Amino acid sequence: MSVYARGLRRAYGNDVVLDGLDLDLATGEFVALLGASGSGKTTLLRTLAGLDLPDRGELRVPPRSAVVFQEPRLLPWKRVVDNVALGLDRRDARERAQAALAEVGLTDRAGAWPVTLSGGQAQRAALARALVREPALLLLDEPFAALDALTRLRMHGLVEQLWHRHRPATLLVTHDVDEALLLADRVLVLERGRIAFERSVELARPRDRAHPSFAALRTQLLGALGVSTEEPFEDALRCREAEPQPLATV
Amino acid sequence: MDTVSSGVRSLRRWYSPIVIIALWQAGSMLGLIPVRIIASPSAVLASFWTLLVSGQLLGNLGVSLARVVVGVAIGVAIGAGLAILAGLSRRGEAVVDPPLQMLRTLPLLGLTPLLILWFGIGELPKILLIVLATTFPVYLTLLGGIRAVDPKLIEAGRILGLSRWGIVRHVIVPGALPSALVGLRYALGTAWVTLVVGEQINADKGLGYLIMDARDFLRTDVIVVCLLVYAILGLGTDALVRGVERRALAWRPAVAR
Repeated sequence: MSVYARGLRRAYGNDVVLDGLDLDLATGEFVALLGASGSGKTTLLRTLAGLDLPDRGELRVPPRSAVVFQEPRLLPWKRVVDNVALGLDRRDARERAQAALAEVGLTDRAGAWPVTLSGGQAQRAALARALVREPALLLLDEPFAALDALTRLRMHGLVEQLWHRHRPATLLVTHDVDEALLLADRVLVLERGRIAFERSVELARPRDRAHPSFAALRTQLLGALGVSTEEPFEDALRCREAEPQPLATV
Repeated sequence: MDTVSSGVRSLRRWYSPIVIIALWQAGSMLGLIPVRIIASPSAVLASFWTLLVSGQLLGNLGVSLARVVVGVAIGVAIGAGLAILAGLSRRGEAVVDPPLQMLRTLPLLGLTPLLILWFGIGELPKILLIVLATTFPVYLTLLGGIRAVDPKLIEAGRILGLSRWGIVRHVIVPGALPSALVGLRYALGTAWVTLVVGEQINADKGLGYLIMDARDFLRTDVIVVCLLVYAILGLGTDALVRGVERRALAWRPAVAR
């Protein structure tokens, strides 16, 4: 077992964001977390990352975890390879960073400044920075949401490939039902601070959106999210998370 | 094409200064501008040469430069140290910020009589004036820069396993550097102005002394030479910091320059 959480509760003032949440992630399992804005997705991810402490509950996470956020969060004053190597406390940090960049297809941008990268390239660099740490738990907080549709498709392929090779337990927070169904072994829907719906996805990889069983799962999931397939789902959920995020202090 | 036209344009910028200097020279030669008011450009040039050859100019310039270097070094160290203290801890801020904000509003040059009473008329009060002149701009801009560092980057640093010191070194200091360098440029500018005033009070060496000495002998040519040297030194140190900026801030988008 990679992640074990029981009865997690987190409130900001009177606003209960996580309300007795239970969650298990098996080693190497890919889980997608869906939910409307304000359902507590981001809080849950930040809790698993150790950025936010639950008020109550039991939580066990692997010692090594890595996060990729919606924004790449590269340090603009460090070249791409130095961003990837940042915080790696080992002699061959730079070589490992180069290798990670090669894995995401960014070898030729290793010496570039982050401002010169495209959105997709920056997010690939962020992915390399997460993977170079060999995390047992990989947390992805809507990492593709700011990318254009084509880049997003290519990132899906890349993430699946990297996950296959390194096998970290992965939690993907997303708004996109198709994205969840393309990548995850199991899809969870978060509602009012708890897992309200759970469905394992037993489709062969790589998955085909046009496949009838994919479509059936999509309908089922949209139903669980309270959206009928007639109305545009993306619009209903695309608005940003409105959860309070405590400012980081050093 | 572009370089040619910009070359012509920069040439054109010289026309009016040259005309003004020519008029000044003509006025002096015709006796319209008395030497007592200001010496002619040619006299200024001549005495510049005399002062240079006699070693008087370089000797006094060296003294002035040394005062600025020492004063700025101490002022930057204090300002940066206090800014880091106030920027990184709430308690540090509570201790450091209020007195600095109060001191900052004191008219700096008005402190000169007090400094003379306390420390006499030697090097110490002159250097202290420069220290005070540089501490505040460096403190304010560096503190502002530290505050402006994106908390999301700090959070990313934490997730990547950076220690507190690692976050200061890799995230906060480089993030605050652009505004700190602006502060340094400003500090150097004030340092020179302060020095001019400081050296005109009871100095026996330095450019300011040279000016005061020249005043006693109505040598307006020497005064102008010294003022020009001050100006060149100010421009020189500014160019130096801008050079550092270009190197240290190479990561910024080209549009910023």
